[in-house]
Amino acid sequence: MNINKNLLPLINPLSKDNPVIVQVLGICSALAVTAKLEPAVVMTISVTAVLALANVIISLLRNTIPTSIRIIVQLVVVAALVVIVDQVLKAYTYDVSKALSVFIGLIITNCIIMGRLEAFAMSNRPWPAFLDGIGNGLGYGIILIIVAFFRELLGSGTLFGFQVVPQWCYEHGYQNNGMMILPPMALITVACIIWVHRSHNKDLQE
Amino acid sequence: MNRQSNTYTIIYSTVLVIVVGVVLSVVYQALRPRQIENIQNDTKRQILAAVRIVPQKGESVSQLFDKYITGSYIVNDKGQKIDPKEDAFNVKVSLEVKKPADERLLPVFECQTDNGLKYIIPVYGAGLWGPIWGYVAFDNNGDTIYGAYFAHQGETPGLGAEIEKPAFSDQFEGKNIFSPDGVFTSVAVSKVGKEPQGQAWVHAVSGGTITSQGVQSMLFDSLEPYSAFFKSLKGSAL
Repeated sequence: MNINKNLLPLINPLSKDNPVIVQVLGICSALAVTAKLEPAVVMTISVTAVLALANVIISLLRNTIPTSIRIIVQLVVVAALVVIVDQVLKAYTYDVSKALSVFIGLIITNCIIMGRLEAFAMSNRPWPAFLDGIGNGLGYGIILIIVAFFRELLGSGTLFGFQVVPQWCYEHGYQNNGMMILPPMALITVACIIWVHRSHNKDLQE
Repeated sequence: MNRQSNTYTIIYSTVLVIVVGVVLSVVYQALRPRQIENIQNDTKRQILAAVRIVPQKGESVSQLFDKYITGSYIVNDKGQKIDPKEDAFNVKVSLEVKKPADERLLPVFECQTDNGLKYIIPVYGAGLWGPIWGYVAFDNNGDTIYGAYFAHQGETPGLGAEIEKPAFSDQFEGKNIFSPDGVFTSVAVSKVGKEPQGQAWVHAVSGGTITSQGVQSMLFDSLEPYSAFFKSLKGSAL
């Protein structure tokens, strides 16, 4: 395949270098916000926005940041962006903000973000850093949305809150699997995704 | 300039913090009015939920609230209306329940529903993991519960969190909080098979024992100071 080399930071994290299933980062929030699709989608958008903006800002500042306090500077930038996202959600999508509650604040500690700032943005120009942020945010989001899809479908019989398992299934004895709602099933779902992904990408197998 | 020097580092961090601080306060000030409105609408939605008025698509909560909630005032534990500077809507019930009964501000919302005048009382207590709260609506005899709405901050999903489901809160409809001889008994939340004698009860959430007990003591503690107010309603209804 002949992919434009400049787009690699955008494309790699989607599969070959996925932050969740290959680098195994950001697992905490993957468990927490994936019981329903809607918060998973909002979390994806929020993390992507924060990561892309933080990458650009850090990349612009990278030649001025004193080495001794670079982690602190990164944290301040990330924390400021997360607070802004949180305030915007509270003002415009109050219900979603209530459902996500503390997890928006916890974006600050999402290892994907600090990892990308330190590993990529500190040594690259703003445009590739921006693509890297979008790519990693989406790579994280894809997994979140896949997990949330199965957990909401099997656990509540709904998707985005709409009933999709028809009523006659329940009348014939079908039951929602309440265990899918509980956090451990998110880990098992992530593990299943890793299993399928590895079996398609032999070079990732150890 | 030497990027590794102490002076550079200090100036750099000072400038960074000031810039970030200014940006954050501008964002906060700009979005504050909308946020307050959202929080108020959410409270209004919860109050209306106690009388089973749920906004349909396209209906605004605050319009419904203005339409149905015809009056709100604050009473004391002797059932007299008091005239504080505060609006009943702004009373923080979470703070009031910590005070002794005779110092509490007790908010009452009057709601004109299709089934007559109802009185909505806020309740607040503790669950297993954090606060639980709700609104209980009474018929105008000051005794019979017309409807209830409960919410929680972080009870266990599928167990304690079930208190917010209609399956639990709908049980309260028609229960009396006074015994026939006029003693305040509240409503017990009891396990199947352990229903108390001589007072109204509902069934607890299975697997949510602590949360259910929390609801029981929340109802008792929050409603008891209203006893005099309820009795005055009862007197005027007869």
